Amino acid sequence: MRSAVTTASTLTRQSPLAALWRRIKLERTWYVMMLLPVAYLFIFHYLPMAGIVVAFKDYRIAKGVFGSDWVGFRWFIQFFESFYFWRLMRNTLLISFYTIVFGFPVPIVFALMLNEIRIVPLKRIAQTVSYLPYFVSLVIVVGMLVTFLSPNSGIVNVVIKSLDGEPVNFMGQQRWFRPLYIGSHIWQWFGFSSIIYLAAIAGISQELYDAAEVDGASRIQRIRFVTVPGMAPTIIILLILNLGHAMSVNWEKNLLMYTPATYEVGDVIDTYVYRRGIVSGEYSFGAAVGLFKNVVNLVFLVVFNRLARRFTDTSLW
Amino acid sequence: MTHRVGIRRALTVEDVLVDTVVYVGVALAFVVTLYPFVFVLSMSISDPVAVARREVFLLPKGFSLDAYRTVLNDPTVIRSYYNTIWYTSVGTALNLVFTVMAAYPLSKRNFSARGVLMFLFVFTMFFSGGLIPLFVLVVKLGLYGTRWAIVIPTLIAIFNLIICRTFFQTLPEDLFECARIEGAGEWRIVWKIVLPLSKPIVAVLILFYGIGHWNSFFPALLYLPDADLQPIQIYLRRVLIQASPEAVQQFETGESGRGVMAMVQIKFAVMVVAVLPILLLYPFLQKYFVKGVLIGALKG
Repeated sequence: MRSAVTTASTLTRQSPLAALWRRIKLERTWYVMMLLPVAYLFIFHYLPMAGIVVAFKDYRIAKGVFGSDWVGFRWFIQFFESFYFWRLMRNTLLISFYTIVFGFPVPIVFALMLNEIRIVPLKRIAQTVSYLPYFVSLVIVVGMLVTFLSPNSGIVNVVIKSLDGEPVNFMGQQRWFRPLYIGSHIWQWFGFSSIIYLAAIAGISQELYDAAEVDGASRIQRIRFVTVPGMAPTIIILLILNLGHAMSVNWEKNLLMYTPATYEVGDVIDTYVYRRGIVSGEYSFGAAVGLFKNVVNLVFLVVFNRLARRFTDTSLW
Repeated sequence: MTHRVGIRRALTVEDVLVDTVVYVGVALAFVVTLYPFVFVLSMSISDPVAVARREVFLLPKGFSLDAYRTVLNDPTVIRSYYNTIWYTSVGTALNLVFTVMAAYPLSKRNFSARGVLMFLFVFTMFFSGGLIPLFVLVVKLGLYGTRWAIVIPTLIAIFNLIICRTFFQTLPEDLFECARIEGAGEWRIVWKIVLPLSKPIVAVLILFYGIGHWNSFFPALLYLPDADLQPIQIYLRRVLIQASPEAVQQFETGESGRGVMAMVQIKFAVMVVAVLPILLLYPFLQKYFVKGVLIGALKG
């Protein structure tokens, strides 16, 4: 590793003292540069961490954060004892679990299939189109679901009715919530997620394929014994990271998709925090539930990162 | 990208089988991905009568821009659109300035605060105070109900900071050393050397931040009770998802004879209007986007 200081002093033959002075001046400018970003970091990320105290208080706007009464773990106990606790945990973890089970393999399979297409323009078009949904906002994705599935005018029910079927109120029924949530998630993400697998495939040495071919490996055998093993490290690390994020579902989507009729399956911890904490103005209770979620989330991340480090040579930190 | 230039062999049964599965699979993915877009566009430009009779399934039936006329004559749409453009342009500009200002020093291996600061930034990816403390803070700072509540709390996305810093680290330090000896200050170096060399990464940042602002709805829901300041996504949510009676009525009373047609068709026109800018820029941004994802992926 080259140090800027030594390079500088050898180039200009400065005295060590002058070099040191230059070095200090350099660092000073860097500190000045960081001033605003660091101020932002502390105000909008670390100050709210200090604001966690409201979770242990009975926060009243009039009394302020420091003037409000201390209540210890009251809100936590209230939350753990409420019927919502298990429902929220179940919904959060089930949505993550199903998203991984059904969503995780799709981009891998898609990348494998793309890699087998030898007509390059065709491959490129398919790839480009597959990223498209990623750029569409959640509001529009959920808006499309609502519009396409509308019991009166939606195209799906128009087709069902034309086949003499009974129209289905998809968005209003609990059993349709998770399939629609996960299906649209896959639609929106599979192309984007396949990018990284395609990069992994591109990194596999051509010699391995040549060797396999010389050994008489058939096409399926080459996929199985060269391509898939070449992707394996990427697959494993992404799987572990996905598991680590099991507590943080894409809750803005839940917020857009659920209705009181589907709270039973669609309500997750964050949407509950929003409803109780912001909409009903129970700041302290909401802060307590949010803190609980963030702590569990952190534990998940640490545990799965440990696993990642044990089984692969990659990890988040 | 494809590296199968290998020896040409006769096609075996297995080859045909694999090809069939692959082409059918990719074609299926292609159709499933593209169909909603085509359908939305077709619905929005078809003859309102055909739309009302539910005759449109893939391609447009007839042609009419009535729905667009209605949508673009709605002052709420225009105002929301203007607001979204404001948040996207001002927000992205500030994001860029802050991200580059943080990423440059953090890319210096001999910057003494590098380790500590990097840790403090990255730590926020794993733990945060949560929604309520942030909300209380935004209210206390007097940002609630102002445009700044949308732009300022999200000045730096840590993922983008990491991408930017990783890229800056690949620039040759010797180049900067020479500039320093010539008497250039660090600010000048960032402006005159780093940024011109970093066009791809700046494009990636603009893309990620810009799309983020354009598509964002929750901060506005949280901080902007005033309809005059709300972005297009909030409007879309009202019209597409909540389908509130007043939004429907507003359209039905707006147009004269054909007014009744339109609520269904108008929803499609609104979607097109909201996605169009992204779709138009998409071909240009696409290659940078892949690059950005890969730089980000290298760093976890």
